Amino acid sequence: MSTLEIKDLHVSVDTEDGPKEILKGVTLTIGDNETHAIMGPNGSGKSTLAYSIAGHPKYTVTGGTVTLDGEDVLAMSVDERARAGLFLAMQYPVEVPGVSVSNFLRTAKTAIDGEAPKLRTWVKDVNGALERLNLDPSFGTRSVNEGFSGGEKKRHEIAQLELLAPKVAVLDETDSGLDIDALKIVSEGVNRFREQEGKGVLLITHYTRILRYITPDYVHVFVDGKVADQGGPELADQLEAEGYDKYVKAAV
Amino acid sequence: MTVTDAARESVASALEADQVVSHLNPPASYDLADHPVPTGREEIWRFTPLKRLRGVLEGTPSDDRLTWDTTLPDGVTVSTISTAEARALGELAPNDRPSALAVELAGGATLVDVPAELETDGPVLIDLHGESADQLVWGHLVIRVGAYAKATVVLTHTGSARYSATTSVLVGEGAQVNVLTLQDWDDDAVHLGRDAIRVGRDATVRHTAVSFGGDLVRLHANVEYDGPGGDAELLGLYFADAGQHLEHRLFADHNAPKTKSNVVYKGALQGEGAHAVWIGNVLIRKVAEGIETYEENRNLVLTDGCQADSVPNLEIETGEIEGAGHASAVGRFDDEQLFYLRSRGVSEPEARRLVVHGFFNDLVRKVGVPSVEEKLLATVEEELSKNVLQELS
Repeated sequence: MSTLEIKDLHVSVDTEDGPKEILKGVTLTIGDNETHAIMGPNGSGKSTLAYSIAGHPKYTVTGGTVTLDGEDVLAMSVDERARAGLFLAMQYPVEVPGVSVSNFLRTAKTAIDGEAPKLRTWVKDVNGALERLNLDPSFGTRSVNEGFSGGEKKRHEIAQLELLAPKVAVLDETDSGLDIDALKIVSEGVNRFREQEGKGVLLITHYTRILRYITPDYVHVFVDGKVADQGGPELADQLEAEGYDKYVKAAV
Repeated sequence: MTVTDAARESVASALEADQVVSHLNPPASYDLADHPVPTGREEIWRFTPLKRLRGVLEGTPSDDRLTWDTTLPDGVTVSTISTAEARALGELAPNDRPSALAVELAGGATLVDVPAELETDGPVLIDLHGESADQLVWGHLVIRVGAYAKATVVLTHTGSARYSATTSVLVGEGAQVNVLTLQDWDDDAVHLGRDAIRVGRDATVRHTAVSFGGDLVRLHANVEYDGPGGDAELLGLYFADAGQHLEHRLFADHNAPKTKSNVVYKGALQGEGAHAVWIGNVLIRKVAEGIETYEENRNLVLTDGCQADSVPNLEIETGEIEGAGHASAVGRFDDEQLFYLRSRGVSEPEARRLVVHGFFNDLVRKVGVPSVEEKLLATVEEELSKNVLQELS
């Protein structure tokens, strides 16, 4: 089982003019086998939510709680959160020059499992994951994210999702910058993850495009650091037709 | 003005063009009077803590020697030649006081000779070892690689000494040469070295300086060309620990057209008083049309209390060049890189280790001497264990 519970989360960042509150009380529960889409206009705090869950040092939690299966996530370091079963697919995956993808994947898998993966099955697993995401096997020898196209970066994130097998995946605008073929490949990867027992997905997106391939159980509209509305998949269709205007106006 | 005067003037201006001197690299000369004892304010000395040279610049004669242990592939010879013979071979004249003193006081040179067209079956290994920093050693070396030969030379320095040496690498037409000098000294060693390379027409040279040990290491790697088509790659890797001064000075003198130089030095610093200095200079002379050059230095500062000085220079006398560029950076760990790795479950020390290995990996792969590459990765690991790998308390 896996339940990510976010309660009244307040988060601020340091700016030149002092701390600025970005998240203003977010409450959200992602239960077993649930996929939640968070949609909202730029600057609404969607990415801040993703990075705060992952523990990025730039963001300061000033109130509220985040728990994973009852464990206090906010008390954990960044790597402890990952080992507890959280995964963040980033909008802008970071280049790590000189560190090969295969070394990176093996190191991460070893850290998550607490022991090195069995060599023979691991090589097969890696090659399988790369192949399913339409990445050439030679991909393993390249430096992490260095010189990757936008699509390769996102597919590499989903390959990690597949190999590291977390409990809950937070996908931060994984669809942005993808052409239709890459979007399908990435969506299939996410769907393979969802089909497994007891996985949770928090899908953050600006556009409804990806929701044609990944059907969420719940849709939350995020405006000005808060959930402004929520509903089922039909809410996404409504957003596609009407946009965020009425929510943005209501928030002002 | 008469025609003769005009001709004379144009000859004079042509000569002057030939004599363009780099302000960072005073003209080479065997005459000690041309290399006065520095005060520390000179451009070429201002980064070097002169006191820690422990009297080397005084030029005291000494018969002390490093012990030599050599492994020679078939066909390669090592012999002793006189100072005059070294000069007659066309070695590159000294360009600073320590190298001038080395020629003056070494009492002859060692010649490593790779005959023309020889493709060696393994690297030339020269292991140099000093017993103690009380020893004052003057070194004079000439490495001659004949036309179209193919050779790798690895010089390893261990133990301790106060060592000042000048080395010339004379590369024949079309030859392919890989020279690596590893400074793996004990903590109290002082090493002043000047490696100067003359690249033959269409020859390819790679020179790598690796500095880990020593209290003070100050090395020049200079390159000039004997004709068009020469290609020089100057690589460096260093790891400065607490109290260490590691200084690398690069000079690519493009004195022939269609020549190439590519300089990449990478270093890490850790511990109180670790000091790295990198001075890169490229001179593109009027005659050197159609050349390509790039110089780059990157420093990774791992702890507080370190200092990295990195100064790239470019002196250009002609506009007709293919490409010229430089880059220099001094930085700490990139927080975003560490976050990315840690968000995949990797602990902070392990993430730091990955980043530092990655930082050096590209360079280590270029070295082109497999046995040394392995040792370099192991040494990087050893250096990291001093600091980066220790769990933060």
